[in-house]
Amino acid sequence: MQILQEISEVLQSGNGEKVAALTKQAIEKEILPKDVLDKGLIAGMNIVGEKYRSHDLFLPEVLLAAKAMYAGMDILKPLFLKDGIPTLGRVVMGTVQGDIHDIGKNLVSIMLRGAGFDVIDLGKDVSPKKFVETARKEKARVIGMSALLTTTMVVMKRVIDLLRKEGLQGKIKTIIGGAPVSAEFAEQIGADAYGYDSMNSVDCIKRLMEKE
Amino acid sequence: MRRVVKISIGETVPAQADALFLQGIPRHRKPPQNAVSLFGEAAKIFRECAQPAGIFADISKSEFVDVYRGESLNEKRTPVAEIFRKADGLALFAVTVGQAVHDRINEFFEGKELALGSMLDSVASAGAEMAADAVEKHYFALLLKEHKVAESAAVLRYSPGYCGWHVSGQKKLFEFLRPAEIGITLLDSFLMTPLKSISGVLLVGEKEIHIIEDNYPFCSQCETHSCQHRIETFLQEIKSGDDQKTRSLLEKKDIEE
Ligand code: B12
Ligand code: SF4
Repeated sequence: MQILQEISEVLQSGNGEKVAALTKQAIEKEILPKDVLDKGLIAGMNIVGEKYRSHDLFLPEVLLAAKAMYAGMDILKPLFLKDGIPTLGRVVMGTVQGDIHDIGKNLVSIMLRGAGFDVIDLGKDVSPKKFVETARKEKARVIGMSALLTTTMVVMKRVIDLLRKEGLQGKIKTIIGGAPVSAEFAEQIGADAYGYDSMNSVDCIKRLMEKE
Repeated sequence: MRRVVKISIGETVPAQADALFLQGIPRHRKPPQNAVSLFGEAAKIFRECAQPAGIFADISKSEFVDVYRGESLNEKRTPVAEIFRKADGLALFAVTVGQAVHDRINEFFEGKELALGSMLDSVASAGAEMAADAVEKHYFALLLKEHKVAESAAVLRYSPGYCGWHVSGQKKLFEFLRPAEIGITLLDSFLMTPLKSISGVLLVGEKEIHIIEDNYPFCSQCETHSCQHRIETFLQEIKSGDDQKTRSLLEKKDIEE
């Protein structure tokens, strides 16, 4: 459908007002909200992610596109009355305690939302207790942790240890990321996955959810 | 000598290319138009709310040995350990661009203004570097004035968390420098508040003492190799015998006694 293609395109250019206007028009034309979401907003955000990966777009453009996506989502939200926006699952994200680097974590959160996940972003400097308590309370299926300092990557293990202690390991999956961590480190500390960039993280989390 | 340095807001507004570089836009690329507009907006906000401040304190080599050892977590071989004994002047320093900028950044993030919030974050980070440059210049000019260093000397700064100096080194550095006087404190997790602050050591000496190779084990993970850019400038100056910059510094800088 032409209009969905247009939504995707104006989203890519970061024009939130146009995304909102076109989203409204699409609804008026009785296109299913789910289609507007999947084939307009999410499709657009996926392209943004790919272009960011290939260095055809940069961080400011990704963040403007994210804002445009939220403008469209705000219009769709009331239409998914009872169950809210259909999601691929809930993910709790945060930068671990002692670490304030959040650019990478924010990008991963944005791409996850763009792909249709429900993300609870706890921000930065997040304690193991907060990760685990929030994930339990909010019935999240995955905890995503970011660390950019070699001194804070050890906190990731404390989150996994706490999950184990509370009998939640396996029920709530874990994925880690950030420049100093690696797939080997993930294995060492018992994390379920490692994501090296935002697009790869989306794929990894999709796979984690499928595995259940 | 321990001194609070007045830094004007104008001295801390970064160049567009420096802020965009922190946003992942390479210097050789023509920046996208919306990034340029965002930078303009963020720089304006930064001008309105930045509260730059700086402090430095001379430190003797024997005192520095203890501060630098910190919590004994540094890498075995580091540039600072190799250079500081050859330096003619050593000072600990801290600078900040203030809490208000940080609060504005958080407001933007909370209001889902991610792009502007992130750009302001980069402007403030680059601004903190400019504030550190200002303190560096001030200290150098002071040493020149007191004839403690030669005009041909140069200054380079190093910070905990970089170049093999463990981030926990900030603890002893803060105990010695006491930058709380300009509003900078250290949390147990070695986070400085306000967040947009930089602390470290200024090493002043003949340009030759600063020349190092970027082949320490930790250099492979270094994104900037900033030491090499500065060394290159020094080398060019040595080659051309041109210490004009130093001289103009002496003339320009209005130094309090
Ligand atoms: C920007 C930056 C800052 C900014 C942070 C701004 C912010 N809001 O985040 C500021 C200036 C505040 C800062 C402060 C500090 N920094 Co800093 N910083 C950086 C820098 C230059 C870039 C990081 C970044 O944003 N990268 C871009 C993003 C997009 O990439 P990314 O984070 O890697 O994320 C991607 C992937 O890793 C992955 N990913 C990330 N998170 C997650 C999470 C999950 C779940 C998944 C699946 C994937 C994933 O996907 C992302 C998207 O592709 C790095 C250098 C570097 N190259 O990493 C240093 C760096 C991380 N900083 C460093 C240091 C030391 C510090 C300080 C301690 C300095 C100091 N003395 O005060 C303080 C930190 C205080 C603290 N306790 O946290 C060091 C760390 C050294 C070490 N080995 O531990 C680095 C490596 C610089 C260096 N020495 O070369 N920093
Ligand atoms: S290459 Fe980077 S880490 Fe190595 S000494 Fe230079 S600035 Fe420091």
